[in-house]
Amino acid sequence: MSKEQLMPYEKAIEQFEVVIGLEVHVELNTKSKMFCGCKNEFGSEPNTNVCPICIGLPGALPSVNKKAVESSIAIGLALGCDIAKTCRFARKNYFYPDLAKNFQTSQYDEPIAFGGKLSIELADGQSFNVEIERAHMEEDAGKLTHVGGSTGRIHGADFSLVDYNRAGVPLVEIVTKPIFGGGDKAPELAAAYVRAIREIVKTMNVSDARMERGNVRCDANVSLRPKGQEKLGTRTETKNVNSIRSVESAVRYEIQRQAHILANGGTIIQETRHWHEDRGYTSSGRVKSDAEDYRYFPEPDLVPVEPSADWVESIRAALPENPEKRRKRLSAEWGFSELEFRDVVNADLLDVIYATVEAGAKPQAARKWWSGELARIANAENKSVEELAITPAQVAEIQTLIDSGELTDRMARDVVAGVLAGEGEPRAVIEQRGLKVVSDEGALIAAIDLALAAQPDVLEKIREGKLQAAGAVIGAVMKAMGGQADAARVRELVLERAK
Amino acid sequence: MSDLIHKSAAELAQLINSKQVSSVEVTSAFFDRSEKLNHKTFSYLHLNRENALAAAKLADQALAAGKVHSPLHGVPIAVKDVLVTKDAPTTAGSKILEGWMPQYDATVVVKLREAGLPILGKTNMDEFAMGSSTEYSAYGPSRNPWDLQRIPGGSGGGSSSAVAGRLAPLAIGSDTGGSIRYPAAVTGSVGTKPTYGAVSRYGVIALASSLDQIGPVTNTVLDAALLQDVISGHDAKDSTSLPNSLGSMAEAVRNADFKGLRVGVVKQLSSDGFQAGVSERFQDTISKLTANGVEIVEVDCPSFEYSVAAYYLILPAEASSNLAKYDSVRFGMRILPEGNPTIERVMAATREAGFGPEVKRRIILGTYALSSGYYDAYYGSAQKVRTLIQQDLAKAFAKVDVLLTPTAPTTAFKIGEKVNDPLAMYLNDIATIPANLAGIPGISVPNGLAKEDGLPSGVQILAPAMQDAQAYRVAALIENLYKAEWGDYLISQAPDLEALNV
Repeated sequence: MSKEQLMPYEKAIEQFEVVIGLEVHVELNTKSKMFCGCKNEFGSEPNTNVCPICIGLPGALPSVNKKAVESSIAIGLALGCDIAKTCRFARKNYFYPDLAKNFQTSQYDEPIAFGGKLSIELADGQSFNVEIERAHMEEDAGKLTHVGGSTGRIHGADFSLVDYNRAGVPLVEIVTKPIFGGGDKAPELAAAYVRAIREIVKTMNVSDARMERGNVRCDANVSLRPKGQEKLGTRTETKNVNSIRSVESAVRYEIQRQAHILANGGTIIQETRHWHEDRGYTSSGRVKSDAEDYRYFPEPDLVPVEPSADWVESIRAALPENPEKRRKRLSAEWGFSELEFRDVVNADLLDVIYATVEAGAKPQAARKWWSGELARIANAENKSVEELAITPAQVAEIQTLIDSGELTDRMARDVVAGVLAGEGEPRAVIEQRGLKVVSDEGALIAAIDLALAAQPDVLEKIREGKLQAAGAVIGAVMKAMGGQADAARVRELVLERAK
Repeated sequence: MSDLIHKSAAELAQLINSKQVSSVEVTSAFFDRSEKLNHKTFSYLHLNRENALAAAKLADQALAAGKVHSPLHGVPIAVKDVLVTKDAPTTAGSKILEGWMPQYDATVVVKLREAGLPILGKTNMDEFAMGSSTEYSAYGPSRNPWDLQRIPGGSGGGSSSAVAGRLAPLAIGSDTGGSIRYPAAVTGSVGTKPTYGAVSRYGVIALASSLDQIGPVTNTVLDAALLQDVISGHDAKDSTSLPNSLGSMAEAVRNADFKGLRVGVVKQLSSDGFQAGVSERFQDTISKLTANGVEIVEVDCPSFEYSVAAYYLILPAEASSNLAKYDSVRFGMRILPEGNPTIERVMAATREAGFGPEVKRRIILGTYALSSGYYDAYYGSAQKVRTLIQQDLAKAFAKVDVLLTPTAPTTAFKIGEKVNDPLAMYLNDIATIPANLAGIPGISVPNGLAKEDGLPSGVQILAPAMQDAQAYRVAALIENLYKAEWGDYLISQAPDLEALNV
């Protein structure tokens, strides 16, 4: 399958109004699955986190995970939704081997949360209100791996492997109402929306929110209508959009693809399309034979979920601050430049810096650690900074030692390396590696005098007022001290002795 | 000790408890008889002497150590093959599950084991409990111990024939539209469908989740009550199970009296369409109650007229979804079709080969009833009928304590008589279905032999939801009236199975 013909983006936006609708699936990070006690854990050996319930053995029955309901309510509340006083699960019936029971237990006409809205800010400061239709609970399916064939897709594969570890993992699906008026910003808005959802669920700690692991997945609906036309155009639903950048690219691609078809008198087929991350295009999805009719009916094995008003209010009271508000507050408190703050947000460092500041470090110093040395190390090891074996509290402790003059910057980096290498707490690393600033001024002065005597030309330059020349002497002294001296103090002393 | 097999479960428990006989001896006696006679009744799909005797031995050891796990401690039991057991293959009467060994035990099976009841084996049933005769079992029909040419009722004909034929003192059944009560009626045994949610469904292979309920199949009302006390109670693994205990059924049986009892007769289920001998037996039961000062009131349940129609929409709809999992991917039969074995083709070939005609019929009906554009007309309307039936019953129970109906319209019919007439087969459950739709308890108790064919007839007692004890009370009263007349339980009049030939 290859790319289809596209209309240039600017031209498409000029001729058509873009309407988008987004469905975001959030995998909850509950300890156990939605309907059974199996571990909800990424990366286990295939088919080890399974039981009669989540592989749908005859006779097994589901029971609702209360924590998952709580997280779903929390998400609903964070999105400004009303919470249903009573709601039911339904069965969505279709045959597919990743679905253990050949139906998905989901919610259909009775979602747990409905009617919310989310304010989305774009890069240029423009703000959009996205209306949320509903947020409902459902279970994830298993994971299929198609072996053989060239595409990695089921067609042409020799066989397929199913891993049911993911089957029954709790999901919340958040569905927007149609979003009008995005214009040329529609793709950016779609991406910003998904980013905002991701940030909210991460801040609330109801999801690990790692898109590369599929914790947050987006289906993007796109339709076009000629400007001035009332009637909505036919939409396509692009699935498999699993990064924020791809959301933007996929929406943009669909706009251009549909515009080309419509401008040439063609019609859009209502269909599922697949996003190909590697080559940046969408292709027509296979039409499942019974995809038209899921034969929904209320799940008879479960009783209605009826969250009490008290419970809902206690969940509301425990909600963390809205990320956007929090960002604005922290931006003001920390005093970073606009560019610095944006970099921090984009690099997903807000939480670690926040925790480091909470642990006693100054905001700028915390920022420098996490966006500098630690980001570099994480990047080199292909990890997120959260995965590094060092905590914000440890970083704050190390920074405090710098501030008090007990460590130099270079020594501090050694301490960090030691902590990351598992040598223990910062204090223990300092002890073991013998990292101690030489504060014996007698020893420093002796070394300085020796260095000045060895470099009479430098001494001359300093005396002539060329203070930058002092660097050579400082370097020599630091070397003599094994790096364990406070460079600033050495500089002061050099200038003093050169007088 | 061949007379052991003629004793009730309560009597056997008493003998075991007082150490006059061991559980191993009792279990062996039923096993010997089952191995000798199962080919006549085909009650069991699977018998396992080794496991049963091991459990009996444990029960005896516990008793020797002074531990009695339940009032039925040591009494062996037969379990319908619709409950999963990890030490015995579980098929639900279907080829699609032939040889499947479950990885876990149903909650009821766990309770039986913990209560010290050795499991003799797994009993035959219509495939996935769809049927009224066991003729839809993929492994062949069970036979009625009163007449081996006749059906033992269904779907639980394996359990009813095992108990009536004394191949087991007790059995477990499942009742979705009458599968415990109808077989009990036509084999002269006792069968209870408890209130929906009284007994856990965890590990019960689902037919229709909102209708299925597990219950006892026995020869006496006290045995049924004792068994219900063992298997009932809240189960966190079944969300639909009731949170609170319904009290002791055995106590209700032992304390049964006529005082203040008001009995209703349902206008819609009292005369039309019932075999003359069955009607005559029913009138006899009513006369006996009247003679004992019981007030009889006729009640009107107009919505009952729609119960069979509603049932045959709700059941297939839920079943079509419950049976979707039989696709060859994770367990059970797998058929590789000729040519390219894609997953769709393997699933289709397996389901084509693995399911019998009645199962296919109901899957098709249910799939249709749930289809977009038909849902409201079929499934939606059927659910409304369900509400109407509940309202009819609520009105009736405002006037009376229990309702009585004949359990079945006829006595046992001949094998082959209705197998090609699904509608006629469906009507066997006309009196039992309303209890499932409404979630209320129902018990079938023998009330004699129909005069024209000398075959057993049963009377059904219906009580309000969660008032199973009330149903047991009246069942015990009726049983006592007849026992006084006959000098023993009806089952004592059954022919000698050893002398009967297929």
